[in-house]
Amino acid sequence: MPKVKPHRTSPSLDMTPMVDLAFLLVTFFMLTTKFAPEEAVVVDTPSSTSEIRLPESHVITISVDKDKRVFFGMDDAKPKLDLLTRVGAKYGVSFSAAQAKTFSNLSSFGVPVQQLPDFLSRDNEQRKAIRQPGIPADSLNNQFIDWVVEAQAASRKEFGKPAYIAIKGDGNADVPTVKKVIQLLQDKNINRFNLITDLESKPVAGK
Amino acid sequence: MAEIQQQADSGKGGKKRAKKMSTKIDMTPMVDLAFLLLTFFMLTTTFSKPTVMQLNMPVKPKDNDDPSVIKASNAFTVLLGENNKIYYYDGLLDGTVKPELVASSYDANGIRKTLLQRRQANPEVVVLIKPVDKSNYKNMVDILDEMNITDQKKYALVDISKADEDLIKTSGL
Repeated sequence: MPKVKPHRTSPSLDMTPMVDLAFLLVTFFMLTTKFAPEEAVVVDTPSSTSEIRLPESHVITISVDKDKRVFFGMDDAKPKLDLLTRVGAKYGVSFSAAQAKTFSNLSSFGVPVQQLPDFLSRDNEQRKAIRQPGIPADSLNNQFIDWVVEAQAASRKEFGKPAYIAIKGDGNADVPTVKKVIQLLQDKNINRFNLITDLESKPVAGK
Repeated sequence: MAEIQQQADSGKGGKKRAKKMSTKIDMTPMVDLAFLLLTFFMLTTTFSKPTVMQLNMPVKPKDNDDPSVIKASNAFTVLLGENNKIYYYDGLLDGTVKPELVASSYDANGIRKTLLQRRQANPEVVVLIKPVDKSNYKNMVDILDEMNITDQKKYALVDISKADEDLIKTSGL
């Protein structure tokens, strides 16, 4: 009697459902991911215990870095084109269609409006290499407030409501610059500010 | 891992029959790739939006309005100095009265304790925050945060006066 050999199944698993699952998840993440926009300036925000979240859309971000430079950013692409023509008209600077398109893709910028056409016609790599001087925001040459006012007007026209203004200051930024920004906005009757911060846990009572 | 299909040795030379190739594909690399992409997207996705802290500034007074006057007994002033220093004094500063300046700190037992004590002693207390020009923004956010933590009813960011700066200088703290 020959021995009956047990039928050996190969130990390989069927991977197909695994692949299905994995690709399902992959496509989900690919479709839902919004890449963090490239910022013109790296700002390290201080932390606070506030738990109010920044709204998803219609946000104007004013960044102040540690070298006293002021940057302006807006997240909605459509009013941005409107904004660019408005501010350009005010200062007698005109922009080509290609420059305007580049501008609507920029998340934030910090150059005076006179240098903006040249800045926009460069390619991405060059633009990163340029050290942006920040937007002029003093009493003699106050382009910054024009950007904010025109952005609010463009946003109102587009969405029927003004955008949400957030101030993003670096932890090492100096107070006078931040206060100057606040005062400029107060001159335009904007009295409620939102300071972007990181979240830190609330202190526990009884400590 | 993926096993290589062995060329089956048909021992006898003879009729060459078309070999039946198996239709099974090894899916392992596919899974590898899929999970690589998956982890990449999981790690790059930002779930959390940054938080914001609200700060309400007073509406600019009209020219013919008198600015609101605070009673000296209700005033509590916090001065933010350079190099992360912080001082406070009770009452208001004017030519005749020199309040005593006290140095404090940003940790839980420093300014927070003082603020809580002041509020318990006098619910009407108004906190005036005066950052020195050389103080940094982080200190400003920290002290505004303390206002939220200690639940102050009234507080204001005020420009620093010359007298306040002199007080810091002369106190030597």
